[in-house]
Amino acid sequence: MSGLDREVHIEVQDLTMAYGSFVIQRDLNFKVRRGDVFIIMGGSGCGKSTLLRHMVGLKEPARGKVYYEGVDFWSVEVKEREAMMRRFGILYQSGALWSSMTLAENIALPLEEYTDLSPSEVREVVSLKLSLVGLAGFEEFYPSEISGGMRKRAGLARAMALDPDILFFDEPSAGLDPISARRLDDLILELRESLGSTIVVVTHELASIFAIGTNSVFLDSETKTMIAGGDPRELLETSHDPKVRSFLTRDAPEERSD
Amino acid sequence: MFMDPTGRTNASEAGFHLARNGAGTLLVRLAGSWTIAEGIPSTAEIAREIESDPRIRRVIFDTENLQSWDSSLLTFLVKLLELCRGADVEAVRDGLPAGARRLITLATAVPEEKGARRAAGTETFLSRIGAGTIGILSGGTETLSFIGESFLAFLRLLRGKARFRRCDLTLLIQDCGAQALPIVSLISVLVGLILAFVGAIQLRLFGAQIYVADLVGIGMAREMGAMMTAIIMAGRTGAAFAAQLGTMQVNEEIDALRTLGISPIDFLVLPRMIALVLMLPLLCLYANLMGILGGAMVGVGMLDLSVVQYFNETRDAIRLTDFMAGLFKSGVFGILIALSGCLRGMQCGRSSSAVGLAATSAVVTGIVAIVVADAVLTVIYDLLGI
Repeated sequence: MSGLDREVHIEVQDLTMAYGSFVIQRDLNFKVRRGDVFIIMGGSGCGKSTLLRHMVGLKEPARGKVYYEGVDFWSVEVKEREAMMRRFGILYQSGALWSSMTLAENIALPLEEYTDLSPSEVREVVSLKLSLVGLAGFEEFYPSEISGGMRKRAGLARAMALDPDILFFDEPSAGLDPISARRLDDLILELRESLGSTIVVVTHELASIFAIGTNSVFLDSETKTMIAGGDPRELLETSHDPKVRSFLTRDAPEERSD
Repeated sequence: MFMDPTGRTNASEAGFHLARNGAGTLLVRLAGSWTIAEGIPSTAEIAREIESDPRIRRVIFDTENLQSWDSSLLTFLVKLLELCRGADVEAVRDGLPAGARRLITLATAVPEEKGARRAAGTETFLSRIGAGTIGILSGGTETLSFIGESFLAFLRLLRGKARFRRCDLTLLIQDCGAQALPIVSLISVLVGLILAFVGAIQLRLFGAQIYVADLVGIGMAREMGAMMTAIIMAGRTGAAFAAQLGTMQVNEEIDALRTLGISPIDFLVLPRMIALVLMLPLLCLYANLMGILGGAMVGVGMLDLSVVQYFNETRDAIRLTDFMAGLFKSGVFGILIALSGCLRGMQCGRSSSAVGLAATSAVVTGIVAIVVADAVLTVIYDLLGI
């Protein structure tokens, strides 16, 4: 196992997620270490994106805790939680760029809100972020004028605007062709290497899982809890759980004898 | 031994014959072309056959005369297999076309998820009333908390701590102000015209045509100017606010603001509210003028009053307080329209039909709020003697 010596960055304890009385997942327990690329995986509809919404502060847990560097995220004051959220960068499934603003304005907004940079400095940082994701020169384009893959990358540029400690990705490769998806994966790895941020990715793309994941949690929609966790490559070799195995090997689940 | 009970003779029409093959076996001979366009034959006949004769333990199929088939055959077979399972009769699938056999295996491979199926339309009247009441109550608390949050945002604005983009505000002001002028002009002139016309017919009976100017002036300044601009803006701008915020909700744009620690109330609701509260009184003032102009058209054109006469009479009739009463009302209406538009937008679900619903409900909420507030304000004015 690599990196057990690194400090725990995010810890989820006994987390139960529910919409009203409808429980989505219960008793989730896992730790994410600094510098991990942590994969949240599982079949469609098992609550991966919902788990992400709980971790980034969009939905309060029905029960349980989320800790960031030992601080209980959901029990601190709203102000403090907002300050913690500012250390997150989030890439939403559809990019979620503000459609009434240009790419430059999208990326500039967090900078204008939370830094004292002058307008010309902001412009420089914006250009830098856009060039990091390969979109140099697209400053004055509106989100509706660029392709889906470009929108994702622009969303990533915005997520990185404030040099976050933790980057969250909600299905980064959904809707991308294999090559664009691969490029995005490379970009994610590159960012982790160069910025040293912790990365949390919701995905069910096997190629991505094995290419970038260093730690993971596997959510199961039938038992409504996590049934595995750890380095995905090790999981592939050591896990004996038929659901995990069939997911990771893309096999049809073994026939249940009726 | 064959028993051919009925005469379905047309070979191309989808159908089946039932026959006995030994004592315990029912033979279903499928014939004709089974296409979905022809409809799906009923399994009732087979059900009756199985029910009437408890000796039947097996159902077998013969497809010699089957010409072509699609989902209609599959639907029929799946229903039949279910029937057989219920009656504890073995269905031997060997006689079926290979493709149909495979598709049936596929369709029955994953058992129905327990608890997933929702009861459709079986809700009782009482439970619907209960659900409706709970919905109204929780909607009420949502509305109240939204109003409270907006008020707090307004306080932050006064302390200079609210965060939104100035250029958004400028754009919104332009949209709520100058761009609404054409429609406001048209409606107000016509309303003034109508007021004057209705008044003229009555007042002419007494030879008091000149008082049309008073009627139109006071009516527009105190009531109609504010009311009509508010209703126009509820339909025009309130709906637009709801649709804008609703679409942002659908695209996760509001989530993106929240996770950046930017309050959507500050960033989106506040500029819209400021724009409307600033612009609606101005529009109202303009509407008053246009309404009086409309009245003057009737007065001069139909009642043989001179322009100067009409102007002087109007000036004498309207006090400054009448204007102020109307302008204050329109300020209140501005808040209400912005609140209802933004509230419905923020409450919007995550689908395209939810956006439409949000826009509709923003207009309805807006107009109801305007009329109720107008009634309340009129009573208050009356009590205060304004």
